[in-house]
Amino acid sequence: MNLVVLIKRVPDTETRIQIKDGKVVTDGIAWIISPYDEYGIEEALRINEKQGGGKVTLLCLGPEEAKETIRKGLALGADDAVHVNDPALLGGDASATAKVLAAALKKMQYDLVLAGKQAVDEDNAQVAVRVAELLDLPCVNSVIKLEFSDDKKSARCLREVDGDRDEAETSLPAIITAQQGLNEPRYPSLKGIMGAKKKPITDWKAADLGLDPASLAPKLETLRFDPPPARPPGKKLPGDAATATKELVRLLREEAKVI
Amino acid sequence: MGNILIIAEEREGTLRKVSYELVTVANEIAKGLGGAVEAFVIGNNVGACAEALAKTGVAKVYCADSPALAHFAPEVFAATLADAIRKAAPSVVLMPATGLGKELGAQVAAKLDWGVVTDCITFQVEGGALIFKRPVYAGKAMATIKAKTLPVIASFRPNIFPPAPAESAAAPIEKVEVAAITPRAQVIEKVKKEAVDVDLAEAKVVVSGGRGAKDANGFVQIREIAKMLGAAVGASRAAVDAGWIDYSTQVGQTGKTVAPQLYIALGISGAIQHLAGMSSSKVIVAVNKDPDAPIFQAADYGIVADMFEVMPVLKEELKKVLAEK
Ligand SMILES: Cc1cc2nc3c(=O)[nH]c(=O)nc-3n(C[C@H](O)[C@H](O)[C@H](O)COP(=O)(O)OP(=O)(O)OC[C@H]3O[C@@H](n4cnc5c(N)ncnc54)[C@H](O)[C@@H]3O)c2cc1C
Ligand SMILES: Nc1ncnc2c1ncn2[C@@H]1O[C@H](COP(=O)(O)O)[C@@H](O)[C@H]1O
Repeated sequence: MNLVVLIKRVPDTETRIQIKDGKVVTDGIAWIISPYDEYGIEEALRINEKQGGGKVTLLCLGPEEAKETIRKGLALGADDAVHVNDPALLGGDASATAKVLAAALKKMQYDLVLAGKQAVDEDNAQVAVRVAELLDLPCVNSVIKLEFSDDKKSARCLREVDGDRDEAETSLPAIITAQQGLNEPRYPSLKGIMGAKKKPITDWKAADLGLDPASLAPKLETLRFDPPPARPPGKKLPGDAATATKELVRLLREEAKVI
Repeated sequence: MGNILIIAEEREGTLRKVSYELVTVANEIAKGLGGAVEAFVIGNNVGACAEALAKTGVAKVYCADSPALAHFAPEVFAATLADAIRKAAPSVVLMPATGLGKELGAQVAAKLDWGVVTDCITFQVEGGALIFKRPVYAGKAMATIKAKTLPVIASFRPNIFPPAPAESAAAPIEKVEVAAITPRAQVIEKVKKEAVDVDLAEAKVVVSGGRGAKDANGFVQIREIAKMLGAAVGASRAAVDAGWIDYSTQVGQTGKTVAPQLYIALGISGAIQHLAGMSSSKVIVAVNKDPDAPIFQAADYGIVADMFEVMPVLKEELKKVLAEK
């Protein structure tokens, strides 16, 4: 099958987010493929390893620096990539990003698009669903298991949403977003890392996508970022386990009034 | 100025609490922006939900009620909702920031070409503009976001605003037609889940275990404590990866973000990805045998001890205190 995986470059989850003058300080941040998108890549690779044939293509909208992130995905085993690499298309909100990715997908051939349930930077959980709507594709969100019918015209998915599990069915092509549990992503092999350097990455600009940046006017404006409200210093309760635990229960009832 | 439309969420024929919380948010926004508050409910056999909503002081309730909505089909739900929104012509649509609410919000917004602010926790009306605050990077930072244009969709986190009481005179209920669409993607079956837990996202109390729980057995006691408190059970990724508990319980940057009144962390070190998911809890308790564990920096109350010595005493003491009420 021909599979496209949407990947976003985000700060490593280890990152302590520093804020200066209302902006996130990006100097010194290590960047990764958003973890949910890694589940998408892994699933795509497994599908083609199992079925034989087909191609896994990564699609990323991001700055020039995202090339490095895309190479990481190629090192895992993806065949090639499309990098929508145009400063005029960056910095948009989820609505704008979805329009750009949808325009890119219109030029591509696929049986299935995989994406993450959300990108772990802004946690919007919007882009993939919006892309599906813009392309008039069916979408199954938050998938933890994926199986295809023998004729590859439909897929069965197990979804995990709000603590519930649902068995869902979709015709193909479709967009599926990955939730934790879908699989266990592999690590890149040395051979994979070496090979990634030779794999093709195609750059597309707004003009290649027939996009007028004016049509991408964001509907939202981020005014500023702030650190989360500081927590008052806590206290360690003295005494042995039993004494401290008794005191804890008393404090939770009488001081914090939460039980 | 248009109205404010809240999209209620039901589960098995009962309105989720967050739906009443949205009425409170809508009333507050209406004070600043003007407009009436209306509500929409969608599902199968949701008549009672519509009636309950009608008593929350809203001006009108739209209700899409049909066996065709018994199982979630994104295309049918979104098209029905979009039709209702076009007709109601609100300037603000409020949704619950649940998995379902976020999915529907994004899909409807794409249909209408609107913006969505996901996971809001507060808002402000300033010179006729709506400004929201929402956590980003799983809570490592807060973003202030302005809706440059109205209408806009905003999803609000559960458990932040008080629920509106359902004791007003009943507002009219208007039936809404279900969009005539043959869905290409749909839920065909709800998978029965173990009849355990309170939903993490809405829980007032969360009791979580980490690698310190040692094995799946450790979670038996954690579950008992959670049950006594009417709490949801959570876990660190280490516990989930070890297979001691289902990954749907994972709290953190790649799991659930929770903000309960009380979060109890047992045998969890407090890695940055875990802290991200729970540090906006009101009160945090940490039990860890390592006095230098980073979790203590986030905890209001810390106990440096073996969790297996703490848990039995905790059960005893809770039993006593909870009987007092
Ligand atoms: C991309 C990525 C995403 C991640 N996302 C998440 C996430 O969403 N959520 C998450 O939780 N983690 C996440 N992690 C993993 C995270 O980095 C930590 O590895 C994980 O949180 C550690 O879990 P833990 O605290 O249970 O285990 P450990 O770090 O091993 O800590 C166990 C703690 O238990 C204490 N302990 C041991 N025995 C006892 C006892 N008998 N009594 C009391 N205390 C005891 C120890 O002192 C120790 O502090 C992520 C990692 C990556 C790379
Ligand atoms: N800039 C981007 N480039 C490629 N894919 C993206 C981009 N932004 C978001 N996505 C995809 O959409 C998913 C949801 O993102 P978000 O709505 O930002 O939480 C991500 O997990 C990605 O799969």
